Amino acid sequence: MTEERTPRVVEPTLFEISSPGRTGVTFPDPDVPRTSLPESLLRADLPLPELAEVDVIRHYMHLSRFNYSVDGGFYPLGSCTMKYNPKINEDMARLPGFAFTHPLQPIETVQGNLVLMYTLQEWLKEISGFAAVSLQPAAGAHGELTGVLMMRAYHQARGDHKRVKMLIPDSAHGTNPASSAMSGMTVVQIPSDSRGNVDLAALKAACDDTVVGLMLTNPNTLGLFDEHVEEVIKIVHDCGGLVYGDGANLNALLGIVRPGDLGFDVMHFNLHKTFSTPHGGGGPGSGPVGAAAHLADFLPTPLVGIVEEGDEEEPPLYGFIEPKQTIGRVKAFHGHFGMLVRAFTYIAMHGPEGLRQVSENAVLNANYLLARLRHTYPIPYDRICMHEFVAEGKVEGSDVRALDIAKRLMDYDFHPPTNYFPLIVHEALMIEPTETESKQTLDAFADALIKIAEEARTNPALLHEAPHKTPFGRMDEVKAARDLVLCCWLPEG
Amino acid sequence: MTYSPLTPGEREAMLAAIGVQKIEDLFQDVPARYRFPELRLPAALTEMEAAAEISELASGNETVRDLISFLGAGAYHHYIPAAVDHILRRGEFYTAYTPYQPEISQGTLQAIFEYQSILCALTGMEVSNASHYDGATAVAESVNLAYAQFRGKRTKVVLSPTVHPQYRATLRTYVQGMGLTLAGDTAETLAGDEFSPNQIEPLIDDNTALVIVQYPDFFGRIYDYTALIEAAHAKGALVCVAANPIALALLKTPGEMGADIVVGEGQPLGIPLSFGGPYLGFFTTRKQYVHKMAGRLVGETVDNRGQRAYVLTLTAREQHIKRERATSNICSNQGLMALASAVYVALLGKTGLRQVAELCYHKAHYAAAQLTQIPGFTYCFDTPFFHEFALCCPRPAAEINAHLLEHGILGGYDLGQDYPALKDHLLIAVTEMNTKEEIDALVNVLSEVSHD
Repeated sequence: MTEERTPRVVEPTLFEISSPGRTGVTFPDPDVPRTSLPESLLRADLPLPELAEVDVIRHYMHLSRFNYSVDGGFYPLGSCTMKYNPKINEDMARLPGFAFTHPLQPIETVQGNLVLMYTLQEWLKEISGFAAVSLQPAAGAHGELTGVLMMRAYHQARGDHKRVKMLIPDSAHGTNPASSAMSGMTVVQIPSDSRGNVDLAALKAACDDTVVGLMLTNPNTLGLFDEHVEEVIKIVHDCGGLVYGDGANLNALLGIVRPGDLGFDVMHFNLHKTFSTPHGGGGPGSGPVGAAAHLADFLPTPLVGIVEEGDEEEPPLYGFIEPKQTIGRVKAFHGHFGMLVRAFTYIAMHGPEGLRQVSENAVLNANYLLARLRHTYPIPYDRICMHEFVAEGKVEGSDVRALDIAKRLMDYDFHPPTNYFPLIVHEALMIEPTETESKQTLDAFADALIKIAEEARTNPALLHEAPHKTPFGRMDEVKAARDLVLCCWLPEG
Repeated sequence: MTYSPLTPGEREAMLAAIGVQKIEDLFQDVPARYRFPELRLPAALTEMEAAAEISELASGNETVRDLISFLGAGAYHHYIPAAVDHILRRGEFYTAYTPYQPEISQGTLQAIFEYQSILCALTGMEVSNASHYDGATAVAESVNLAYAQFRGKRTKVVLSPTVHPQYRATLRTYVQGMGLTLAGDTAETLAGDEFSPNQIEPLIDDNTALVIVQYPDFFGRIYDYTALIEAAHAKGALVCVAANPIALALLKTPGEMGADIVVGEGQPLGIPLSFGGPYLGFFTTRKQYVHKMAGRLVGETVDNRGQRAYVLTLTAREQHIKRERATSNICSNQGLMALASAVYVALLGKTGLRQVAELCYHKAHYAAAQLTQIPGFTYCFDTPFFHEFALCCPRPAAEINAHLLEHGILGGYDLGQDYPALKDHLLIAVTEMNTKEEIDALVNVLSEVSHD
C-alpha cells in the first residue's frame, strides 16, 4: 500500500552509474621522462567507477537530500550537543595559510599554527580549571582512552601496581567502560540513587586500594548535576583513586563551574559538541584532554609550548614539548588541527560572557522544554535539569514505545531525541535542545510531542508504522545483519 | 556574541514558564563557592574582527604553496579537485550526526557504503569499516582485532621497523594495559642501518597474534610481502599491511598477497594537509573477521516500502551496546573525511587515480635519478620505490634541510630523528604537485652543498 503511495527515491550507487571511459578530472602529462614501471609489482585491474564531474555532483546532491541536518532543522539528540555550526568556522579552517601546512614542517615556518594551538590550550585550561591541556586526541572516546592510560601511568609511576578497578556509574556513556577495558581494567558499575546522583553508599563500598579511579559524567546522562559531586570526588580521592571527567556534557558548564575547581583530575573536551565544530555525519571530532597539576606530566606527547622565550624585539618561539612522564603518542602528528581552528574561532567570538550565556541558554532551553512536556510524558528524575533531560516514551492507555514516538517525530520534520539511553530509564527519550534554538522552535517541538501523545491514544497504528512522510520507511535491520552486503562491489574469487 | 536566538523578553517568558525568578536559580545544584567563575579570556570579537585576527595567524605560516616541498613521511601534498570541497560544504552532510536514524540519514549511509566499496576495491579486501581517526590509530586497532581473534591467547605482535615511527609509537601507547609484547622495532633494531621487512620473519612464532608491515614502507620501498605473509600464516598469525592508497592505484594489492587486514592513512585521497589533521584512518579486512573488527559498518537492506536502503549493521560489536565487551571504544570516527575520499576517488575514477599514481612514480624517479648524479648523494637502498625514497647525503640531513629552507625549499624528512644511524639520510617525497622545475631547483641547491 505504502509502495504505491510513495514514489521510489532510490539513488543508484557510484558503481551503478559508472560508464567506461569517463573521468571527472584529468592531469597533465608528465613533464619528466617516464621511468619503466616494476611490472611484477603492478596490479592487474583497478575496479573503480568512471564518472564525469556532473555525475558525481548530482549523485551527492541527491544523496544530501536524504539527510536530516542541523542546518535543516531541530536536532535534539541527547548527549550529542547538536548545536548550530557557525559558517565562519568553516572559512577559517580552510584558510590556505592553515590548510596547506604540512605537519612535519620546521617550527619556524608554522608559528601561526603553533600560536593558535598554544592559545587554545591556554583558553581550555582557563575554561576548565586544569593545569595543562593536550590537543592531540581525535575524539571524545579517544580522549577517554588517553585519560584512562594517564591514570594508569600515574599509579604505576608511584609503584602502586594493584589498582585495576575502574568505577563507572550506571548512567555513563558506553565509551567509558569500553575505554577502561581497552586499558586492561576491570569495570565496576556504581548505581544511581533515587534523585539520579551517584549512590554514595555503593560508591563507598566499592572504594578500596585496588581502585584506579572513577569515570564521572557531570552533569550526568540524565542531564542532572550531581548534588554531592564534591563528596563523590572526595570519597574516590580518599581511597587513592583519581576522578576522570567525561566532558561530553560540558555545554552546561561554561562560565558556570570549572571541573578542575571541583577536584576532577583529568577530563576530555568534545570540541565537536561544546565548541561547535560540526559532527560531519559521524566525525571528525576532537577530544583534547585537560589534567590537574599532578597528572600533567603524563599527558600524551607532544604539547605546544614556548621553546625560546621572546624579548622586546622578538616574539617567543613556539614549538613542541614532551611531557616528562608522557604515556606516549595517541595518534600521528598533532591532533585534528582543522577542528582546533574552528573551536578557536568559536571561543574568540564568544569571550567570557558569551560562553557563560551559551551554557545559560542551553540550560534554559532544556528546562523550558521539560516544563512544557512534564504533564505529557513521565519524567523519572524530575528536578531542575542542566542542558538536557530524560523523559519516558510512554503514553498512558497506549502500547506505543519510545521508538514509535521517535519515528513519528520525523513526520513533523524533527530529528528524534536519543532513545533507549541512558539504560537506567526504560523507554528513554533523552532531549538536548542546545542554546542555538529559538523559543518558537522549542514550542513547535513540544506541540508536536503533545500531539503525538494524543495520536498514541487515538491512532496508535500511525505511530507503529511511522515515519510516513520521509523518503524512506523503517528498515529491515535483521536482513542487513543476516545478508551482510557491505560493498557494492566485491573482489573476484 | 552568541549564536543563541533568545531575546531578553523570551528568556523572561521561559523562566516564568519554568517557575523560577532568574537564570541563576537553574544552577543551585552547583557548589556555591565554585559557581560562576570569572573566566580570564579575551573579550568577544565580532565575526569581522575574528576573521581578520585569525587570517593574520594563518599568514604567519609558510605553506607548501609558498615553499617548494618534498616533505611526505605520512602526509602528502596532492591536488584536490574543486568539486570535493563543494560536496563537503553541503550542510546536509557536514552538520548531520552519526546516522543512527536511517530513515532520515540515507545520504550519509549510502555515501559510507560506497566509501566501504571503494576501499575494498583499492585494497583487494572484502570488508571495510566506516573509518578510524588516522593511519596510526587504524594500525593500533588492528592489534585489537588480532587480540580478539585469538581470545588473548597469543600475546606477541611483530612489528616491522619500517612501519611509520609515529604509528609504532601510537601502537605502543594503545597496548600499554593489554599485556602484549611487541617485537621487531626495538631500540637495538632501530640502531642498525640495514632495514628489510624480511628481517622480522624469524621473530614470528606460535605465540604471534599479528605481524604488521607497511606498503610502501616508511622509506618508500615496494616489497612483495607474499612470502612473508605465507610464513606468518604457517605459524597461525594474522598479517596487517598499512598501505598508501595512492600507491594502491598502481601496485599489486595487499589482498592479492594474502593480507588479513589492510589499513592506512587516507589523507592522500583528497584531504588537505591541514597541519596533520583531521585525516582518515581506513580499515579493511576479510569477511571472516568482520565480527572482530572495530568501528561502524554500513550494510544494504530494504525499508518497509520495499526500497533498497542502508543501515548501520552488526552494531552489537560496538561500545554503545556491548560497553566493556565491545571490540573497541571508538564512537566518533572520520565520517566527513571518508566522504571526502569517496568524492575524490569518484571524480578521478579508475583512470585519474592511476594517472596520479604514475605521475608520482615518474617524478619521484626523475628526482632520484637527478639527485644521485650529484657527487656524494646516493639512493640508500637497491629496492624499487614508489613516490618517496631515502637519499644518502654527504652531511647530516638536518644541516642540508636548513640550507634548503634558506632557498625556499622544504627538504625531505630527516630519518635520523627515528633511526640514529640514518642521520645523513633524507626521505624525499615527490607527488604530481612537484614540477620538473622544482625538482631541478632541488638538484641545483644540493649540487652547491656538494661543492661547498
